[in-house]
Amino acid sequence: MKRLPIAALLLLLFSIPLFAGEYFVNLGSQILIAAVFAASLNLLVGYGGLTSLGHATFMGLSAYISAWLAVKMGLGHAATAPAALLLTTLIGVAFGWIALRATGLGFLMLTLALSQIVWGLGYRWVSVTNGDNGLSGLTRPQPFGWSLDVSSHFFWFSLLVSCVCIFLMARFVKSPFGASLRGTKDQARRMAALGFNVHAIRWFSFIVASFFAAVAGLLYVYFHKYIHPSVMSVTVSAEALLCVIAGGAGTIAGPLVGAILVVVLKTYASAYIERWNMMLGLVFLFIVVFMPAGLVPGVAHWTRRLRGDKS
Amino acid sequence: MQIWVIQILNSLSLGGLLFMLSSGFALIFGLMRIANLTHGSLFMLGAYVAATVARAGYGLALAALAAMFAVGLLGGLIERLVLRRLANNAQGQVLATLGLSFVAADFCLMVWGGDPIPIITPALFKAPLRMMGLIFPTYRLVVLVAAIVSALLLYLLIERTRLGAMIRAGVDDMSMARAVGIPVSLLFTTVFCLGAALAGLGGALAGPIFNAYPGLDAEMLPLALIVVILGGVGSLAGTFIASFIIGFIYTFGIALMPDLAYVILFLPMVLVIAFKPSGLFGRVST
Repeated sequence: MKRLPIAALLLLLFSIPLFAGEYFVNLGSQILIAAVFAASLNLLVGYGGLTSLGHATFMGLSAYISAWLAVKMGLGHAATAPAALLLTTLIGVAFGWIALRATGLGFLMLTLALSQIVWGLGYRWVSVTNGDNGLSGLTRPQPFGWSLDVSSHFFWFSLLVSCVCIFLMARFVKSPFGASLRGTKDQARRMAALGFNVHAIRWFSFIVASFFAAVAGLLYVYFHKYIHPSVMSVTVSAEALLCVIAGGAGTIAGPLVGAILVVVLKTYASAYIERWNMMLGLVFLFIVVFMPAGLVPGVAHWTRRLRGDKS
Repeated sequence: MQIWVIQILNSLSLGGLLFMLSSGFALIFGLMRIANLTHGSLFMLGAYVAATVARAGYGLALAALAAMFAVGLLGGLIERLVLRRLANNAQGQVLATLGLSFVAADFCLMVWGGDPIPIITPALFKAPLRMMGLIFPTYRLVVLVAAIVSALLLYLLIERTRLGAMIRAGVDDMSMARAVGIPVSLLFTTVFCLGAALAGLGGALAGPIFNAYPGLDAEMLPLALIVVILGGVGSLAGTFIASFIIGFIYTFGIALMPDLAYVILFLPMVLVIAFKPSGLFGRVST
């Protein structure tokens, strides 16, 4: 029933590099990366009710670890990618444990504090991260000798990776475990009374979310072939959060729609105006105040109200 | 010896500034359950306003007063115009303050430009104190004294006045406070103004030490968060002590291990979170 439209959409996405120019193909790759990242955050925000303001930490750490191993240790991509995913996920284990000592606003403040510490480390720990200069001189991998330096190849590679990731995340939230995660969001005490270990469920979901953010981080560093501490800034975490809540938290399609909106907005806005941060802040405010449920339900709500329907 | 004296004074003055920043944050958070992420921006705005007034030749005392009033007023406006619309939506309120902090950061960049704006230390405090063969930078002592005075005033306000009693009642049990007829709506705006004014004062007094520069907000906000996490919510003493703990750790961290100062900050936070999630002196769990 739903398979046909998805297959058609995939076919359409797959064929983009065949007719679109290089600029749009690269834009598409960036959207795919943002989509994986936003979808991973959505596991926490949308399904777990855990609003994290530090998710960029995991994308940035994975990018930095793979870049550092490549630049300073001279390792190849076959070694750096699994190492980056593994280490980032392990850091997710630790950070998740710390942040989940609190819930609600406390969780949010802890994730923000942790991410600002890592961000500050990115700037200050010059001997490892190269500070404000960032790490450059990176390469894209060549799976089976297939060069990803061609933009269309990179797009297909990102499409493949993001489809696999989003499929896995969709399976995750539809699984019995995903149902229990949603249960901890809506009725944490009832879940605890039913014998579910609420803390363990949230912790495991945090780890899964940090793993998929790490995958997005690898794609990010492959795409840009450069890494700068700003990728771990609260702005990047907020952009991902905007993707999630703008599209509609707690849905599979929401973060994907949100990623398209935010990346396109950011790309075009920065072409015309300098003030992306101002715009990001205002869009954020607008969505939170006027469309808290996300754009798709929000637009429907406001059109109803404008037509004079009072519901 | 001399270098230690300077470092200790730096720690104490940073601790004092952190207290002015975080006590407002903790007050707002304790009473209204709003994690006000504009607090770093309010601190930065305080520094910029003070820099502008001081540059016009009015002296630091007047500049600090102006910063306090301007930022306090802004805090009240934020509460009335934005947060009020999002009552009972804790997540929406945090995200709104986050959005506002981006807007504020860009606004400062637009108005005051990207270069740091220095605030001249008043001539009265410029000459260092000399005692026992050691040199004490006078202005740091002034900041410390100002912080202690504001802590005392805040203590008296909260423990000894009617307004303070209402605030304490609200922190402990909001619905009960409402039920006994405390004008909660007015109280919220008052506390928000007060917290913002404290942040603005902190920013103004920080001016001669740090200068007003873009990014000051992002530098200070995490420190305030860590202070509040460490000290706990609902306890002025907790905020006070935690401010100085963080002031010392951060200053000595930067002096001894400039690369890793941020990681050292992390340790006390993790320890407290691990063993006492409500903070050292917290009465209200987050």
